[in-house]
Amino acid sequence: MASKSWLNFLIFLCGSAIGFFLCSQLFSILLGEEGDTQPSMLHNDPHAGHLDDNGHSHLKGQVDFNADSSQHKDENTDIAENLYQKVKILCWVMTSPQNLEKKAKHVKATWAQRCNKVLFMSSEENQDFPTVGLKTKEGREQLYWKTIKAFQYVYDHYLEDADWFMKADDDTYVILDNLRWLLSKYNPEQPIYFGRRFKPYVKQGYMSGGAGYVLSKEALRRFVDAFKTEKCTHSSSIEDLALGRCMEIINVEAGDSRDTTGKETFHPFVPEHHLIKGYLPKTFWYWNYNYYPPVEGPGCCSDIAVSFHYVDSTTMYELEYLVYHLRPYGYLYRYQPALPEDILKEINQANKNEDTKVKLSNLERRP
Amino acid sequence: MLSESSSFLKGVMLGSIFCALITMLGHIRIGHGNRTHHHEHHHLQAPNKDDISKISESERMELSKSFRVYCIVLVKPKDVSLWAAVKETWTKHCDKAEFFSSENVKVFESVNVDTNDMWLMMRKAYKYAFDKYRDQYNWFFLARPSTFAVIENLKYFLLKKDPSQPFYLGHSVKSGDLDYVSVDGGIVLSIESMKRLNSLLSVPEKCPEQGGMIWKLSEDKQLAICLKYAGVFAENAEDAYGKDVFNTKSVGLFIKEAMTNHPNQVVEGCCSDMAVTFNGLSPNQMHVMMYGVYRLRAFGHVFNDALVFLPPNGSEND
Repeated sequence: MASKSWLNFLIFLCGSAIGFFLCSQLFSILLGEEGDTQPSMLHNDPHAGHLDDNGHSHLKGQVDFNADSSQHKDENTDIAENLYQKVKILCWVMTSPQNLEKKAKHVKATWAQRCNKVLFMSSEENQDFPTVGLKTKEGREQLYWKTIKAFQYVYDHYLEDADWFMKADDDTYVILDNLRWLLSKYNPEQPIYFGRRFKPYVKQGYMSGGAGYVLSKEALRRFVDAFKTEKCTHSSSIEDLALGRCMEIINVEAGDSRDTTGKETFHPFVPEHHLIKGYLPKTFWYWNYNYYPPVEGPGCCSDIAVSFHYVDSTTMYELEYLVYHLRPYGYLYRYQPALPEDILKEINQANKNEDTKVKLSNLERRP
Repeated sequence: MLSESSSFLKGVMLGSIFCALITMLGHIRIGHGNRTHHHEHHHLQAPNKDDISKISESERMELSKSFRVYCIVLVKPKDVSLWAAVKETWTKHCDKAEFFSSENVKVFESVNVDTNDMWLMMRKAYKYAFDKYRDQYNWFFLARPSTFAVIENLKYFLLKKDPSQPFYLGHSVKSGDLDYVSVDGGIVLSIESMKRLNSLLSVPEKCPEQGGMIWKLSEDKQLAICLKYAGVFAENAEDAYGKDVFNTKSVGLFIKEAMTNHPNQVVEGCCSDMAVTFNGLSPNQMHVMMYGVYRLRAFGHVFNDALVFLPPNGSEND
C-alpha cells in the first residue's frame, strides 16, 4: 500500500516537472521576439510603445503635410522669390509616351514645379499628364525634329510669358534657383544661350543636349526665324550638335556658364561620375569634348550647380532631398556667390524688413 | 493503472499552472519597472525654433564652441575603403576623430585595440576615450565606417541638452524588454554617461565581456544592458516633427521605400531636414553626400541659425 502511494507521488512529481517544462517552452515561444533584425516600419515608428504620448500614432507612411511645410519656418526665401519674378524661365521637357510614368512623372513631382512655366513635349498629345503633341515619331532619329517643333510651339504660344527658355530631358535634374542666379547677370534681349559647352565640330562650341540648355528670348526668336528663312535646316538628327551649328550661323553666342570660381554648373552626368576621380575612364569621349579644361573630383562641380543628367527616378528624389531639404545647421559655406548689384538694390528697396537687410549685408560681407 | 495516470495528469496540470503563474508575475514586475523609467523622456526632440530666435549674435559663436564632440569609428582591415572615405569626409567635422581598429593597419593611423570582437572593441574604445579625453570633450559619438554623419546637425540636436546628464541617444530599437541604440545609426553618449559606463566596465557581473547566456548578443545590445545598470536609458532621437534624425539606412533606400509606400509624397515623407546620420553607404556615396550636404544648394534660400560652424581645415568637398 505504502509503496503504491509513493509511486503515485513520484509519478505526480514527474508530471508536474514535464508540465512545467512544456508550459515554459510554450510561453517562451509566445512571448519571445527578437525585434532587432530588419528596420521595419514598426521600429522606425518612434511612437511604437507610447501611444498615449501624443494621443495618436504617427505611422511613417502617413505624411502630415502641415508638419512638413513648417520645417521650413525659419527659411527666408525672399531672394529666391524675387529672382522667380525677375528671371522668368519656361522649361520644356523632352519626353515620350512610354516615358511618362517611368521618367517624366518624377520630373513633374520634383524640379519642374519651380519653372515659371513647364511644358512636357512628346510625339503625341496627352491631355491627362498633360503633354504637348509634336506630331513626330519617337526615337533618337527624331530628337532634332522634336526640338525644332518644341521651340516653334513655345514661340507660337508662350513667347511673352518668359525671358529664358530651357530645354531638358526627362532624365535631367535642374536646380531652377541656381539657373536664375546664373541668368540674372544677362539680358534676355541678348542673343545668347547657356549649357555645358562642348568644343568639337562647332567653332564657338555647342551645348550638351542631356545636360540641358537655355536660350534667351532673342536667341529663341532667331532660332525659330532661321527655319522660316531656311538659314538653318534639319541638317542632322544629332540634336545638340545641329542646334549648336544653327546658333553659330544666326550669331547667337555660346555663353560661359561656369561660376565665379570657374566650376561647371551644367553636368552631363550624375554627381558621382564627376566627383569620383577615375570614375570616367581617361579614354572616355568626355575628356576630349569639354570646351573648358575638364576637372574630376571636388573641383568638377559648382556649389550652385544647375543640372545633372542620366538621373534615374530614385536619384531625382535624392537630389531634391539634398538640395531643398537636408542641410548642415549653422554651417558657413566656403563659397558665397553674390547677386548682381542692381538686383541687390531692388531687393533692399522692396523689403523694408530689417531682418532681411541684415542678412543681405552679411551675405555681401563674405567673399 | 488508473490512479497512476490520474496522478500523472494532476502533476502535469499543477506544473503548468505553476509555470504560468511564475511567467505572468515575472512579466508584470518587469513591465512595471520599465514603464516608470521610460516615461520620463523617451523621445528626445530637437530644440524649438522659437527658442532659438532669442539667442543673440554674440552668443552664437560661444554657444557653438561649447559642443565638443569626440568621434569614435570602429574599423577592421576589411573596412579599409570605407575607412578611407570616412577619414577624408565627415570625420573632419568632429572636434576630434579617432579610429579604433581590430589590428594594426599600416595604411592608416589608428588605435589598435587588438581584438576582433565588436563588443570588446567598443569597450576598449570607450575606456581609452574616457581615460584620455574626459576633460576635453563633452559628447562622444560612436559610428561604424558605413555610417555618414553630419556633426553640425548633431550639435544642433544637442542644443539644449546638458552633458552632465546621462544621455544615451540615437536610433533606438526595442528587443523584448531592452531598449537599445542601434550602432548602425550611430551612438551618442554624454560625458556623464561615459563616466557611469566606465565605472561599470570593470564590474563583470554588470558589464561582462561575454554577454548573453546562450548566444552572443550584439555589441549595441550589450552596451545598453551595461548602461541600464548605471541608470542610463536609450532614447530615440527625433526632430521637432517626429522624424528620426539617426538613420540606419541610406537616403537611397528611404527614397526607394517611399516611392513604393507613398509615391505622391516621396521627399516629404522621407527623412528629416536635420538628419544626423545615414548608414549603408559605399565609399563613393560618402563623397557624394559631402557634396550634397556641405556644398550643393539652391541659391536664394537663407537661414537664420542659432549656431555658427566654420568649414574645417584640411578638407575639400565641403
